[in-house]
Amino acid sequence: MTTARLRLSGIRKAFGATQALRDVSLEIAAGEVHALVGENGAGKSTLMNVLSGGLFPDGGAMELDGAPYTPRDTLDARDRGVAMIHQELSLAPHLTVWENIMLGAEPQRGGWLKRQEAKAQARAALARLGYGQLELDRRAGDFSIAEQQIIEIARALRTEPRVLIMDEPTSSLAQADTERLFAVIRQLRDRGVSVIYISHFLEEIKRLADRFTVLKDGQSVGSGAMADTSQAHLVRLMVGREVTELYPARVSAAGPTVLAVSGLNAGPRLTRADFTLAAGEIVGVAGLIGAGRTELVRTLFGLDHCTGGVVTLQGREVTGQPPGAGWRSGLGFLSENRKEEGLMLTLSVAENTVLPKLGKFSRLGWLNRRGMETAAMSWIGRLGIKAHGPAQRVGELSGGNQQKVALARLLEYPAQIFLLDEPTRGIDVGSKAQVYELIAGLAREGRAVVLVSSYLPELFGMCDRIAVMRRGELVDCRPSAEWTEPSLMAVAVGAAA
Amino acid sequence: MNTKSLLAKLGPFLGLLLVIALFSIPTEVRGYFLTYANFKIILTQTVIVAIGALGMTLIIVSGGIDLSVGSSIAFTSVVGALLIQRDWPTAVVVAAVIAAGAGIGLLNGVAIAGLRMMPFIITLGMLGVVRGAAKWLGGNETVNYDTSIINTWMTTPDPFGWSLPAGAWVAVVAAIGTAVMLRQTVFGRHIFALGSNEATARLCGVPTVRTKIMIYAVAGAFFGLAGLMQLSRLRQGDPTVAVGLELDIIAAVIIGGASLSGGMGTVLGSMIGALIMAVLRNGSQQMGWPTYFQEIIIGLVIIAAVFLDRLRQARNT
Repeated sequence: MTTARLRLSGIRKAFGATQALRDVSLEIAAGEVHALVGENGAGKSTLMNVLSGGLFPDGGAMELDGAPYTPRDTLDARDRGVAMIHQELSLAPHLTVWENIMLGAEPQRGGWLKRQEAKAQARAALARLGYGQLELDRRAGDFSIAEQQIIEIARALRTEPRVLIMDEPTSSLAQADTERLFAVIRQLRDRGVSVIYISHFLEEIKRLADRFTVLKDGQSVGSGAMADTSQAHLVRLMVGREVTELYPARVSAAGPTVLAVSGLNAGPRLTRADFTLAAGEIVGVAGLIGAGRTELVRTLFGLDHCTGGVVTLQGREVTGQPPGAGWRSGLGFLSENRKEEGLMLTLSVAENTVLPKLGKFSRLGWLNRRGMETAAMSWIGRLGIKAHGPAQRVGELSGGNQQKVALARLLEYPAQIFLLDEPTRGIDVGSKAQVYELIAGLAREGRAVVLVSSYLPELFGMCDRIAVMRRGELVDCRPSAEWTEPSLMAVAVGAAA
Repeated sequence: MNTKSLLAKLGPFLGLLLVIALFSIPTEVRGYFLTYANFKIILTQTVIVAIGALGMTLIIVSGGIDLSVGSSIAFTSVVGALLIQRDWPTAVVVAAVIAAGAGIGLLNGVAIAGLRMMPFIITLGMLGVVRGAAKWLGGNETVNYDTSIINTWMTTPDPFGWSLPAGAWVAVVAAIGTAVMLRQTVFGRHIFALGSNEATARLCGVPTVRTKIMIYAVAGAFFGLAGLMQLSRLRQGDPTVAVGLELDIIAAVIIGGASLSGGMGTVLGSMIGALIMAVLRNGSQQMGWPTYFQEIIIGLVIIAAVFLDRLRQARNT
């Protein structure tokens, strides 16, 4: 058998206590499109960063065309022939097309730019992709996402890569642009470039890839030829796992409908959502990253601008409200982005806890600090927040305890409907169980919860019903018992049932 | 080219025409304001801010900022005065003053790029350090000297004649050189790349640390040249001169169409911006407005310019 273009064996990588990659092995031949699939958090991004020189593995071996491959940094990786195209485009928007393509490798004589030669080389790189007609002198930022992607591929090809890594390249492309991109990728493959193609969309992978590797919980759990496998088999490999007993026992006791959403629309990231929520009910929202889950709850809370649809909140229509109105209309929102949006890390536990209702703790504008601290103290006790006291800065707490502070703030305000976006992201197992108990407690008191999560067992363990989103659309909402992890994942990735 | 980008390009010119038109309306100043003699005065008054704005353009386009310009100008003018006192040849004085400015810029650049510190903080600190060093060097007073050929560069023997002072020509030549460098050299294009998307520039193999250090050093050399013109204008080295000038210079660059978040800016725009600042000052003086009133107007113009920058950014994203 010939040597593989790229061979990885036993790759390990930990971040603190989190083992992101446990034991990843991967083999890719020259001139092959290799799909890398896995759930959110399976370790795909970490693995690609290791490959492209952005991270050093803790252990394991990498070989490129039979020679040991240990890139010092991304630049070194690129020089050795491994280039990566990130999910977020990385062009310099103010520079022209040719300047972006030639950036860092401008033809020059003694520091003077050889403009014509640079443009000719850029033109040639684009022409190879079938985009020779692109206007070289226009600013890159003026082009569509699809065209910017082509510019970025042209730049990556300038260095004649042997391995090209593409992370979710179609996540923001329309169908026609996706087809054109596939044509480009097939062309690269035919010229002997190995393409590692990361995508959640199984139908795309099925059409494009020659071989696949499935990652689950930081391990490679299966690989093979695409032609010999079914989408159902891939889904089973992605989700199969045993569920541990973290979840409180719940009895569904849905009361009257408190929230009805119909045709909700907020730009391209959220095209359509219809669902209802009853008092005492927990409705989960599943879907891949970028499917529009976060946009859904943000729009409901009034953070994102709503462009259409009807939201009926306890009998009243409340579309297009400004953010502050979310709190006042009985909604509570927990941001998925705890550090940047959820908490004020440099302020104290007490200040973070009572922030939305400082008015209650003040008289004529003067704050009643003791009152605030007393209120915070009671939450520290009730939620088991591990802090020195209400005056400690939130930034000094662990992730799980930070999340409890964010939840305490939500609970401090008497909301009726809670929109929780990834409430257990990045917190330890013990804290997770406590957070689950809290959420279940809310439902028992007759409040309603929308729970957005990337972690399927959590949704199955907690929710009465689960809605699935795909590409900005809420495509299905059913009682949890009617879903299985594979059937739900199949809807999320758009696989044929 | 669409209407919006055309407007963005013409904006600074329209601004200049607007301020000139404003001061041409009142009959009491129109007679003198629009004369060639006054135009010469305005040009001469522009020189220091204009040369400073050249260096600042490089820095702002790269996504940085330099608040220590005013102090650098004072420091380098004191250096020049001391060397003239010691009878150094003019050419050496000129070289030494420019080198002193470049040295301060190099320190800024090393601290910003090498230690990965925020330009705002580093140069705010250097604003104090360099100002103090200038006073120390000058023994806390102005440094006087008998005479020097340098004194003639910011004036012409015949105030009503056609000839422009040497300093104005220096500024014009420096501006053309900077424009060519920004457009035609790899270094120049890398300045834009840094300001537009630093992570990408690094990923593409642009030597970001070295480029940044060079940007601040080259800009420092311009600030040294501006210090030389300051020396020529005052005919003495004054360590307390040019306080707050950094704001005029930054305002000139922003009015000229550069973006405070980097990636955008032109030499021509910055020069127009410098002219707008000079016309405003000159016109206010002609109108007999008190200096505090001029300060208020300049301040409002800076706010307006930053607001325009924000509008441009909003349009681009």
